[in-house]
This record gives sequence, C-alpha cells and structure tokens, in this order.
Amino acid sequence: MRLNNNKNLNPKKQISFYFDGTKYQGYEGDTLASALLANNIHLIGRSFKYHRPRGIISAGCEEPNGIVQLEQDEFTEPNRRATEVVLYNGLVAKSQNRWPSVNFDFGEINDLLSPFFPAGFYYKTFMWPPKFWKTYEHFIRHAAGLGVSPKKEDPHKYEHYHYHCDVLIVGSGISGLYAAKIAASEKLQVLLVEQESETGGSILSANNSNNKINGQSQNEWKKEILEELHSYKNVKIITSTTLFAYMHYNYLLGIQDIDPSRGNKKNNSIRQVLWKIRAKKVILATGSIERPITFNNNDRPGIMLAGSVSKYLNGYGISLGKKIIIFTNNDSAYQTAIDYHHHNIKVSAIIDIRNEIDGDLPSLAQSLGIKIYSGYVVSDTSGRKKITSVTIRKFEEKDSNKKNTEILECDLLCMSGGWSPTVHLFTQSRGKLKYREEDSCFIPDQPHQQTISVGACNGIFDLKSILEDTRKSVRDFLDCKSNDGKIEIYDAEEINFGKQQNSWLVSSKDKISKSKMFVDFQNDVTAKDIKIALSEGFQSIEHVKRYTTNGMATDQGKTSNVNALGIISELTGVDISNLGTTTFRLPYTPVTFGAMAGRYVKEFFDIERTTPIHEWHLDNDALFEDVGQWKRAWYYPKNNETFNEAVNREVKATRDSIGILDASTLGKIDIKGRDVSEFLNRVYTNAWSKLEIGKCRYGIMLGDDGMVIDDGVTTRLGEHHYLMTTTTGNAASVMGKLEDWLQTEWPELEVYLTSVTEQFGTISLNGPNSRKIVESLFPKQNFSSDSFPHMSFKELEIDQVKCLVMRISFTGEICYEINVPSSYALSVWNKCIELGKNHNITPYGTEAMHVLRAEKGYIIVGQETDGSVTPVDLDMDWIVSKKKYDFIGKRALYRSDTSRKDRKQLVGLLTTDPSIVLEEGVQLVEVETALPMPMVGHVTSSYYSPNLGRSIALALVKSGLNKKGTKLIVPTSNKSIEVEITDPVFIDPKNERLLA
Amino acid sequence: MLLINCPYCGEREQEEFSCGGEAHIERPKNPPELSDDQWADYLFLRQNIKGLQFERWNHSFGCRKWFNVARNTATDEILAVYHIDEKPPQLESNDPITPCGEPKIGSGNFSTTKK
Repeated sequence: MRLNNNKNLNPKKQISFYFDGTKYQGYEGDTLASALLANNIHLIGRSFKYHRPRGIISAGCEEPNGIVQLEQDEFTEPNRRATEVVLYNGLVAKSQNRWPSVNFDFGEINDLLSPFFPAGFYYKTFMWPPKFWKTYEHFIRHAAGLGVSPKKEDPHKYEHYHYHCDVLIVGSGISGLYAAKIAASEKLQVLLVEQESETGGSILSANNSNNKINGQSQNEWKKEILEELHSYKNVKIITSTTLFAYMHYNYLLGIQDIDPSRGNKKNNSIRQVLWKIRAKKVILATGSIERPITFNNNDRPGIMLAGSVSKYLNGYGISLGKKIIIFTNNDSAYQTAIDYHHHNIKVSAIIDIRNEIDGDLPSLAQSLGIKIYSGYVVSDTSGRKKITSVTIRKFEEKDSNKKNTEILECDLLCMSGGWSPTVHLFTQSRGKLKYREEDSCFIPDQPHQQTISVGACNGIFDLKSILEDTRKSVRDFLDCKSNDGKIEIYDAEEINFGKQQNSWLVSSKDKISKSKMFVDFQNDVTAKDIKIALSEGFQSIEHVKRYTTNGMATDQGKTSNVNALGIISELTGVDISNLGTTTFRLPYTPVTFGAMAGRYVKEFFDIERTTPIHEWHLDNDALFEDVGQWKRAWYYPKNNETFNEAVNREVKATRDSIGILDASTLGKIDIKGRDVSEFLNRVYTNAWSKLEIGKCRYGIMLGDDGMVIDDGVTTRLGEHHYLMTTTTGNAASVMGKLEDWLQTEWPELEVYLTSVTEQFGTISLNGPNSRKIVESLFPKQNFSSDSFPHMSFKELEIDQVKCLVMRISFTGEICYEINVPSSYALSVWNKCIELGKNHNITPYGTEAMHVLRAEKGYIIVGQETDGSVTPVDLDMDWIVSKKKYDFIGKRALYRSDTSRKDRKQLVGLLTTDPSIVLEEGVQLVEVETALPMPMVGHVTSSYYSPNLGRSIALALVKSGLNKKGTKLIVPTSNKSIEVEITDPVFIDPKNERLLA
Repeated sequence: MLLINCPYCGEREQEEFSCGGEAHIERPKNPPELSDDQWADYLFLRQNIKGLQFERWNHSFGCRKWFNVARNTATDEILAVYHIDEKPPQLESNDPITPCGEPKIGSGNFSTTKK
C-alpha cells in the first residue's frame, strides 16, 4: 500500500510495467521491488531446490530471493535482483524457476520430498555407476539454475572507461558524503561512487523526524552537502555504479548501468560501462548488510529484513503490512516499529530474544505503547504463499511444545539478526579482518593498501560516532591537519544501544533434521544441511561451504555467510574467530560478459592484419586462412572448383610454368651495427662472418634448450647491414628474443634491430618461367644463374622504386622474391600478373605453398617441429656449426637426452596405396598389437602431390633416419594403412630445377 | 593489476609489460665445459618463492626495455625496480609477511588472524 510521503518518487510520473504478463502501475524512482510490493505482490519466484514460494526480503544488492527474468528475447537477462532494477515505463519481468506459474508450480513436490535432498544429494546419488553420469547429467542440468540465459545476440554496446583520481570514495551514505566533502575541500581529485541510482545510502531509508545531523533532517543535510560537492570542479559523482573488484595498487573495477530503460528503446545505445579506476587513496564507506535470523520456515513471502522494511516505508512510501511483527536480537529493528508509528500504523508486537532490553530505541518503542515480548523467539511460521502467523515461545524453553507456545497472526514479519559490515572490498584489497564478539561483526583490522573504512562498514553503527570517526579518520588519512577550522563539524544526538544477543539457531518443535531453517535462501541451504556436512567430517569452513553450496549462489551469500559461521560455531563449539571466513572473492555482484568484453568483440576482438595486396586477393575470389593475426590467401577457386581441384591446379601450374605468392606476411627484421655478424653467429646455428655482401643464407634458430624455434633466410645487404626473415607467426617473438639477448646478455654488442615486416610487400615468383617475368620487370638486370645465382640478392628499380630482389626458394623451383615498399606492392603485383599472362601465371595460396614445399621436403617450423625437435632430428646437421665455440642451443644438443639415438627423426612416408592421403597427426606403429600399441612416430604433414600423382607425407619416426625402406602401419579404427619410410625430398633431390 | 614503475618510462599499467621469470640468471660463458647437470641447472631450474623474488620484466608495449623487479609474490607488492645490469638491492624485509596471516608455504584461505 502506497502512503503519501514518498520522498524519492516523483508522484506525478506514473509508469506501467509488466510482471508475469500482468500490467501494474509504479512511479518513476521506484525499483522493480518497491513497485511490486506497492502492488502487494510478495510472491516473486520459486526457490532453487524445493520450489518454495519466495518473496523479496531486502531493499538492496544483498537480495537472495527477489530475482527475476528481466525483459525478453535478445534483451533478456536472468537472475536480476528486483531490488536493484530501476523501474522504467514498459518494463517486462517474469518470475523464475516455476512451471507452469509462480502460483501453481509442479516443482513444489520437491518441498515434500525434501528429506531426500540433503546436502551432497547429487554427489551421493549420481556417482554410481560412473558410466551413467552422462545420462543423469542431462536431467540434472535441466533442473538446475534459476533464470534462462539469452539465446540471441546482445544488441547493446558496452564501454570501458579508465579513470585516475586522488581519492576514490565508495558509497555515498553519511560517511561517504562527509568524506567527499573533506577530500573536496583539500582540492583533491575526488570520485564518489554510489551503487544505487540515488546517493544517500542509509539516508534513503531514514525517518525524517529523528536522527538529525546538526539539527537538520538527514535529507536536508544530504541536499546541502550535495550542492556543495557539485560546486567543486574536482569532484565527480557517479551513481548506479557498483565497484565489484578491488585489486592491487588501488585498482578498482566498477560496472555502471547507463540506460535502465533499454527494454523500451531497443536501440543499440551503450548499456553498461566498465570503470577501471586507479586511485591514490581509497575510502570505503560501503555500509552494512542486515542478517536474517535462522528459525523454522523463515523463508515465507512476507518475512523481510527490518531495515529494508523501513526503507520501503520511508524511502518509497510503502506500507508493507497491517499486522506487523518484529523479531530481533538487537535494538536497530525497534526503529522500524517507531517509523511505522510515525505513519500511525501500530506494530502488533516486537519479539526480542533478549531478557534485558535497555537501549534508547526500545524505551521509545515501549513509551509509544508497542507490545514487546522480551526473552521470546519466533520458533515457526505459517502461511503458504504469504505469512499468516508466527509461533512464539520463551527463548529459554528450548523444547517447544503446544503448552508453552503462542500463535500470533501477522501479515509481515520483520527480522533483524544484527548487521554485517560490508567488508567485501576491504578483504579483496587483502586487508585483514578481526572478529568482534559482542555483535558478531567481522570488521576491518589491518589494511594492506592505501585504504580506510569509515562508517558502518568499519563496524560503527550509531550516527554520532559515525560522524566523529569519519571526520577524524578521513582527515588523518588525507593528511589534512593544516587547515583545521575549515571543515564543518557535524554532530548528532547520542543514542544508547543495548547489547546484541546472538543466537544462531532458534529451535522449534521439529528437530533440526526435520526443520526448514534456511540459511542461504537462494541456494536453499538449511541448518540441517550444515549439520550433515559437519557430521560427515567436513571441518574447514571452505569445505562446508562447497559441500552445502552455502554462499555460492548469485548473491554470494551476502545475507548467509555470517549466519552459517554462527551455526557451525554453535554446533561445534568452536569460536567464530577461530573458524575464519570464506574468501570474499570478486565480483561483489554479478557482472555481465558484455561489460567485460566492452568493445573488444567481433572485428575488434583481435587485430586483423592484411597485406598491401589483400584487395587483389579479395577481387580474385581468394578464400582466406588465419595465420596468427594475418589474413592470408588460402586458395583461389575458379569456376566452382573444389578445394582439392583448386590446390592441385595451383601446385601443378607453379611447377609447370609460374606461380605467384603473396609472401608479405613473412617477418622482416632490419639489422644494423658493427657487431651484426657476431650477433648472427650467436643466435643461428651456422656461421655468418664469411657471408659475402649480396648473398643470402638460410638459418635455423634454437632455444637454449636446443630445440628449433624459427627458421628463415637472412641477406647481407652491406658490411654492417642485414635483413633477416622469420616465419609469419614468429615475427614478434623472434624480435623479442633477439632484443632480450642483446639487452641482457650481450650489451657489449653494437646491434640495432628494426622490424620492417609491414614496410615491404613481398612477391614470390616461382617456377621455370619466373625468370622471364623478372627479366621484363627489370630489363637492365641479367638474371642468368651466373650473374644472379641462387641465394643471392640485388637491389633493383622499377619506375624509380627500389626493390630488394632475392633469388631464394621455398618451392624447389627457380624463385625470385621481390620486396617492394608496401605502398607500391599492389602495382608491382599487378604488373607481374600482366607480364605473366602468356605463361599462365597462377596465383597460389598458403595451401599450395604447403604442398610445394612438402614435395621438396622443406620443413615448416611449428608443423614439422613442436618445440621438442632439434636440427639433428630434422637431419640438418649440416647447418649446425661444429667450429663455433658457442651459439644459442649448442650445449643442449649433446645433453644425454638430445644425443639419444632413438629420438624421433624427420623422414618421408609413402603409402603403399598411392591414393590414400593420411591424416596429419596420425600415429605410426611397427606391428599392430592389442591396445595400447607401442607407437614409433607420427605424421606431421600429408598432402596429395599433383606433380607426383600420388600422396606424400612427412613424419617424425623413432630412429627414422636409419629405417628408410622399412614399412610401418597407420592403425585406424576401420583399417590399417601400410606406409614406407623414405627420404623426405620427393621432387628434384639433386636440385637441378632449383639451380637451373 | 599491478602498477609497474618502468625505470625508463615511469608508472604504467601491468598490461603494458610481460614477465620474463627469475632474474639474475646469467648465461654461462663456457657452455662446452659444463656438465649436463650444470647446463640443466641453468636451463630449467627456477625458484618459486612465496615472498621476495627478483624477476625480469619487459616493457613490451612501451620502450621494450628489460629491467629487474623485486616483488613479494605473496602480496604482489613491488619493493624495488632497477636496471638489468644492477645487483639485487638489499631489502629490509627479505621474508615479507603475508597480509592475511597465511602460512609461509602453500595457500591459506584465512582472512582473519589465526590465534
């Protein structure tokens, strides 16, 4: 029922929303929870395991029950806390975990069967026989979970926002606002972050007529401070932003909801912003969370936290009941009774567990004529879909029976089991907690970073002390002793609070084993489950948590963790301080994947690199392959060719006449300096000092463990000037490795490395007719093998554009690699195509490149090698210098393992049936035996060779170099394939074509 | 995320850097004279300290310089940053205390002080 003092709401702006298909009215400024409650809807959903009816219990992010499926289709979001969803016109929400409806739910049968679903039910029931898990899993997964994940793509945008400040203040309650005022007047850059849509924290739930600050109502006080804060240029205030992670060096992450009305607009506006904040100092003013009390049937709709009931009353102007009962173990809940009294609604009874009640608030309540049952407890409740009555008895009479109990009718039960400081961020920052026995609070002890906690999150609950402590701590923390008189001193009336009395379990007529005393509402964990876990030998709090799943739901146990500790303590007799707490992990509240991904989705997920000739490939129907971040042309199908047809055509044309390849992606490192030759001697296995200017040399690079990490051709451009090429995928890592050696081990060498990969486009012309093309391109140059032999280099010009031309080959054919400055690469490429028309010039992609090099037995690092292959294994001893005293990887080549004779070695393989193309990666055996068969090697490359008219393969085989001519078997599931070990060079072993 | 004070560029976010493992492992000058065990020691054996550890870091998305960092691996505090050719600094707390009173070896989930 809505009263008429709703200070947070704009009373004129009525808006409508839908819950489970029915249209309701709310006000702008409402949350979904307040709007539902104002419409007298208490039944919001069904519980996780037992499908018990559940309603809203709180008014904040701690809410375990009031979670809904928000919006529909691509906009849908499961498990949204109704207490946090800001109401907007046309909002659509549905209840969760019920079928067919929240009022009539078939799953409710689980509640009757609950004796059969104790803690560990799934672990115990579905572990045997092991094979059947796959059958069970399907059904269990279907039954699990509350809401439904969206199936469609999220149409919204998300942003990341970086922010740096001197002081970050988390929470805008009384302490937060006061701290902001102090920090602001110190001229510091201040960021004040509030998780709710409006600033104020506890002020939003405060009664205007008491708890005044300097004689002002809290609302007036807030208005004044906010006005002042807004006048400062160095203060930024953001709301609807939850800081969910506190990491090293005061790095905090926050998630900000930008557009709560997204359901209506359905445009692609920015929905959430992920804030990445680095603050010099952090002031935590995160408040506290009220604890429920654990008694039988404490989960019925209409049983709520007392402080939240006050918030709905004072903040939203909603009266939640006519017959109200309060159940408490401390003074704070009396305020709720007093608040209701101010609206002329009388609370029927306050059930107080304590015998001695001496605080100021209880005295006030008593003077207002509210009935107080001192030393009493609520031991049970009734009412299926909403509470109808409570059973009370004297606390001291442990065994309740009909004689000593009394039944009181009610439609709202407000409970308060004390308050837990919100220390989540503090512990995430690795601050140490201490336990305060008298009100069972974990409070901040020793901070680990530049941070302080003020107000309720520091375990200070009365207004006068909060104001005093905040002023003192913040001024000390910010070191503002110099200008003492500047900051206004705030004061409030002193209120005496009576002592809290903790009782973690309120027994009922049922034994624990038959009771339904809920601890974790969202995961349906009861006191019974905790008892079972303890009796089954789980001792560590972390183990009890995992076995019972207490605190593991989407609310992360904000209302249940301390109660669970208390129950364990009560059942085991171990002090809570000795139990420790479970870890407060991030995120504090759930974070959407969208916010984490930000803009880094689709084409922005990773960098896409294209060559300067990319456009031509697109125009000529190339299909692309991802090689690292590069898009490389894979093959160019013509006239509906299949993959195999196209690749075979490209391979054949290259050997028959001429093929052209875009090799621009090869890594290129320009190396200059006095000591380059010495440097190359150290990083490559072969010798470099004697390489003539204008000559090229192939090199293999090892790690210091002796394993091949890269290969490529390096050209000596001048006395102290080389151009190194690396494999496409390793360009960056090779560059990094070279820099590492130079900076850390050989600072005495004068060597300068410059990555020039993207400065050049590389056009590779291969095949017997390639010479004809370069002769036309560079008419002044003689391209005969005498004047431009294999493994040599010339700097040539086309239309005044300087090109670096190397005669090197990765196909075994005559080949010229033309390195053209990138911006001219496409025009030179076009020229080559034009000139090659009469020779059937054929562009080929990476697949044909693979086949061509495999025909010639050339390796690819990363395909023939896998980080466990030495150059000796590759039968490349010839490239390993015996004369050099040392190079990277040399010593490791004669460790006991690397010099083993039975290492896997690179060989060729030919299938007996030439039409069979082996699968890459298949294992090789000598004889087929029962499983497991002893394996002697595996296939690293396998293709159909159109030039040979048969399949070919490369493989690593144990002692393979000595086994040429012997047969091996590839066992597959339906047949055995016979292969013969051969030399890996299938075409032109005498290099006649290459050197022609 | 750490905030690392690159000796060449100043404070930058951790995402600009990459860690190169334990620092002060010099590549032997005479590999051919070393036994397999000695070479394996250089190649493979690294410390994994809970507490003060000296590490190599590279400002890979910045100046690309290598430098050394003294880090408490239990708390992630960076205690010193120094050039690659400098000796490790003498730090007062060679055995930094873990923040939550966890055991010195292994993990611990106690966020309260154990009595």
